[in-house]
Amino acid sequence: MTRLLTLFGFIAALTLPARAQTEEIVAGLSQNVVSITATFVGSEILIFGAIKREAPAPDSELGVAVVVEGPSHPITVRRKARRMGIWVNTDAVEVQRAPSFYAISTSGPFEDLVNESVDRAMHISIPESIRIFSSEEVEDPDSFAEALIRIRKKAGLYKIDEGNVTVTDDTLFDTRIELPANLTEGTYQTRIFLTRGGEIVANYTTDIDVAKVGLERWLYNLAHEQALIYGLMSLAIAIAAGWGASAFFRMVLRS
Amino acid sequence: MYPLDIFNKLKQTPSMQIYLPIAEVSVNAFLLLGLGGLVGVLSGMFGVGGGFLMTPLLFFIGIPPAVAVATEANQIVASSFSGVLAHLKRKTVDIKMGLVLQVGGLAGATLGIQLFNFLKAAGQVDLLVKLSYVVFLGIVGGLMFAESLRALLKSRGGNPVPTRRKHNWVHNLPFKMKFRTSGLYISAIPPLLVGVLVGVLAAIMGVGGGFIMVPAMIYILGMPTKVVVGTSLFQIILTTAYTTMMHATTNYTVDVALAVLLLVGGVIGAQIGTRIGVKMNAEQLRVLLAMMVLAVCIKLGLDLLIQPSELYELGAGGH
Repeated sequence: MTRLLTLFGFIAALTLPARAQTEEIVAGLSQNVVSITATFVGSEILIFGAIKREAPAPDSELGVAVVVEGPSHPITVRRKARRMGIWVNTDAVEVQRAPSFYAISTSGPFEDLVNESVDRAMHISIPESIRIFSSEEVEDPDSFAEALIRIRKKAGLYKIDEGNVTVTDDTLFDTRIELPANLTEGTYQTRIFLTRGGEIVANYTTDIDVAKVGLERWLYNLAHEQALIYGLMSLAIAIAAGWGASAFFRMVLRS
Repeated sequence: MYPLDIFNKLKQTPSMQIYLPIAEVSVNAFLLLGLGGLVGVLSGMFGVGGGFLMTPLLFFIGIPPAVAVATEANQIVASSFSGVLAHLKRKTVDIKMGLVLQVGGLAGATLGIQLFNFLKAAGQVDLLVKLSYVVFLGIVGGLMFAESLRALLKSRGGNPVPTRRKHNWVHNLPFKMKFRTSGLYISAIPPLLVGVLVGVLAAIMGVGGGFIMVPAMIYILGMPTKVVVGTSLFQIILTTAYTTMMHATTNYTVDVALAVLLLVGGVIGAQIGTRIGVKMNAEQLRVLLAMMVLAVCIKLGLDLLIQPSELYELGAGGH
């Protein structure tokens, strides 16, 4: 952890000259590992930290933004249009990179915390987290990106919660990020940004590992690595259950 | 909207939630047991696998379509097996006919999978699946509804139910075989062709094909309704077992946890359904099946005609 901190301190020192380095983030998570068991119903992660200073705090307004980002996958977004009276898929856009989960928590309105050019450079807001292939067939690729965000927001996979980060005495901060039950396995990158006047003055990155455990892990591995055995096992269970129910009913009806 | 409220409550109650390892979603265990039971009853009553009802229901509760289709096949194996055992006891399964249909069915399924992959590459497979549902459910349901309603009204009116015409073109073909349980002496060609047709459709539409097989046996082959249900279930077992293995080994989309929850409800439902079915008369049974088929057809048809609230949809990338 300390090694990571030093590394980021070093990067920050390189990229944010002069006035940076006066403030530094020290942060922790309530858990770094999320285990998906059979009864997994989602998880809440508490992210907390403090701002370390070597000099008195500057006058400008302090902001904190916390971003948790799930593994990215390519996605095809299709649009329906009416053709000969029925609604069919017509246009499609390939999204090269879209996170499976994306949650932003901030201490105030997002626009006040991070200005546009910083957002574009650091990929912080939800639209910035998505990368679309340049598509020559579709006139309006942006509306496909908007649709992707709308659908994922509705499913609770993308969310922005402004004002959910509590900052105490300009030094301590904490927030809660809820991970839904339909999580994809993988590494969830967690970024914390400290901002003043729309610019980032310090940042901190850590990972949350989401993985299936126990029976879930075993079944998943079996299905992918021993597909034939898994298929036969599924059929055996089906036949046994069918026979079991039949035998059971005969017994019950006879008595 | 009271039933829907219960549905939503069940979806949210955390204590009964279970995380499915392949589908990668968390769903309510009792909801799945209930759905399985409901579809199982229909399966036992009508000799249909119930896939054409269950698959859309699984989409509705948030199971990814690929997993829903593959797992559904596995569940149908269980409920059909349970149903067939009940029918075997009553000697209402024409095993010989089932095997002939099966030969055609497997050939048709293999052909259907080729066709499916070809259309998938062309990019319009969703539309094809939905259109073939609407067309076939519409034709099958409409014909069956009209015919059985007429028969039902006639028997109500006190007139004896006319026996169906036992001799049509089907009986003038070569390679005659004796199907004792069905009381038929017909050529093996029509059952083989019916099997091929159902196999192709089953592969494209991702179902066992019972809802097409049952009317085909009654109207094309002229089999007695009582034998049709058991024979259809017998045939469905092998078709869906084949489909399950195909999905498990090529797409890795069979979720055994989901299947177990569905089939526990399903096998019990199938036993109850078989007992209800035996007590009902053939015409009533056919009117009910026709109405159910038509309801699904109308629902799917409206989905194609009415503007959807969300015009966009997400699919796996990398095509």
